[in-house]
Amino acid sequence: MTAYLGSRALYTLLTFFVVVTVVFALLRAAPGGPFDGERRLPPEIEANLQAAYGLDQPLTTQYLRYWGNLLTGDLGPSFKQKDFTVGELIAAGLPISLGLGLSALVLALMLGMGIGITAGLRPGSNLDQGLMAVTNLNLALPTIIAAPLMVLIFSVGLAWFPAGGSGSARHFVLPAVALALPYVAAIARLMRGSIASARLEPHVRTARAKGLSEARVVWRHMLPIAATPLISFLGPAAAGLLTGSVVVEQIFDLPGIGRYFVQGALNRDYTLVMGVVIVYAGAILTFNLLVDLAYGALDPRMRLRS
Amino acid sequence: MSAAQQRPGGTHLMIFAAALLLLVVCGALLAPAFSSWGIEDMDWDAMEAPPSASHWFGTDQVGRDLFVRTMAGGRVSLGVALIAITVSLCIGVPWGMLAGYIGGRTDQVMMRIVDALYSLPLILIVILLVVVFGRNPYLLFLALGALFWLDIARIVRGETLRVRHAAFIEAARGMGASTPELLRRHVLPNVLGPVVVYATLALPGVILAESFISFLGLGIQEPSTSWGVLVADGTQVMESSPWMLIFPGLCLGVTVWSCNTIGDRLRDRLDRRDNPNFI
Repeated sequence: MTAYLGSRALYTLLTFFVVVTVVFALLRAAPGGPFDGERRLPPEIEANLQAAYGLDQPLTTQYLRYWGNLLTGDLGPSFKQKDFTVGELIAAGLPISLGLGLSALVLALMLGMGIGITAGLRPGSNLDQGLMAVTNLNLALPTIIAAPLMVLIFSVGLAWFPAGGSGSARHFVLPAVALALPYVAAIARLMRGSIASARLEPHVRTARAKGLSEARVVWRHMLPIAATPLISFLGPAAAGLLTGSVVVEQIFDLPGIGRYFVQGALNRDYTLVMGVVIVYAGAILTFNLLVDLAYGALDPRMRLRS
Repeated sequence: MSAAQQRPGGTHLMIFAAALLLLVVCGALLAPAFSSWGIEDMDWDAMEAPPSASHWFGTDQVGRDLFVRTMAGGRVSLGVALIAITVSLCIGVPWGMLAGYIGGRTDQVMMRIVDALYSLPLILIVILLVVVFGRNPYLLFLALGALFWLDIARIVRGETLRVRHAAFIEAARGMGASTPELLRRHVLPNVLGPVVVYATLALPGVILAESFISFLGLGIQEPSTSWGVLVADGTQVMESSPWMLIFPGLCLGVTVWSCNTIGDRLRDRLDRRDNPNFI
């Protein structure tokens, strides 16, 4: 188990190292400097600016310094929003993005598992076919269409929820649902498949023969084996949720880091975009590591393998 | 009972999906050439007009015919997706075949790389690429292709592992076939079936990724258009003219749904666990 944990942690660190290096390299490979604007700067001013941001140093020094700063949590100044550092912008947006992502994940898990278990217990039935048809339609409705439609129906039409902004908990209902929807469908499909096969396992039949209640058979005997594929899906799902939150924050005008990312990308604020990608990658890698740990704890075979 | 029969609808639904897809593809290919309106033509008498006999999908704020623009946008969206899938096949197929065929440590390292990439927010890295190197459509194709080769590589590796020890491979090796020839002549044809199916399933993913990037204003640019761009434009004015959101969105949704449905059914047919008669 320790060896397994150690190797997973090592892979995580290695991946993070590669991500940071690639992002740094991309940034330096960018054509044109960060100070190229409409107006040519006088050479001495440009040299001063370069020196102020450390861009006149050799690449290796810049790279090492970037790592040094990164480890102390300093992502550098924003090139376009001069009064802020990237760290400040991200710190301002992170609670909103994290709250949005987590509530969407919980929502997707609850709804998806509910639908998947209901359908998987009766494969081929009308209920199953109906639920799966709805899920497939849902998969074809991307967030960029579903979210505006939800605003149109629930904010403009019915006026149940605000269309944008981040004042209260009510502001987060539509964004969290919009973000969760595609994952409800994915989790439901996954859950349906594993419950449908767990149903036929000998130990489940034994549990039924013992006269256990249906709820107990599902909860104690099917879910543990059906949950393992779900847990390994959580890693990619977390990556997808973070990516999706970029669009959702844009549509619902939530000041999360996704908004900063898009703004930064549109006005070519290199350091901001780079900082957000690194924060996202770090968050996703950490989450994946936790998922792996949970996997190891749940599946006894993983403890032996290393 | 095979998985194919478990799916709601079965063959009829697949034919329906294929027909819908064909309709959208034909529309995208032919409509811009045959319509009386051009992509850039402005109808001064019908600015932001709802659907009518002369403008089937209505018009946008400057009076451009939305039907022609949606179809032309579909041409771009579908074209980008096809090119990106080709790119991902060019990376994923050799990668998966080599990993599966060589096996051992090489396989482990190669698949670890795939796993590591799989867990990253790749679409954001694509956006980073677009930011750094400017909005170049060719870059978009490459970057999207680089996003979708991971699944292809996994499938191909699995299939290669399956045929690696088959008798006909041993026989070819016994007759002195070199490794490249073996891979090309004997392994490749045998992994191609599942690859085609998964390419169908990856297609909606690529279309959605392109629309995602274009929606944010980082992909396809005016005067060119795509479904993502049109949906983004429609979102801006959805309260006053909802048709600008609904029609492009409908085309995008129908295409994604059709590809998903066809891909799912094809995968069920290929699934050897349910179908002992396969091969």
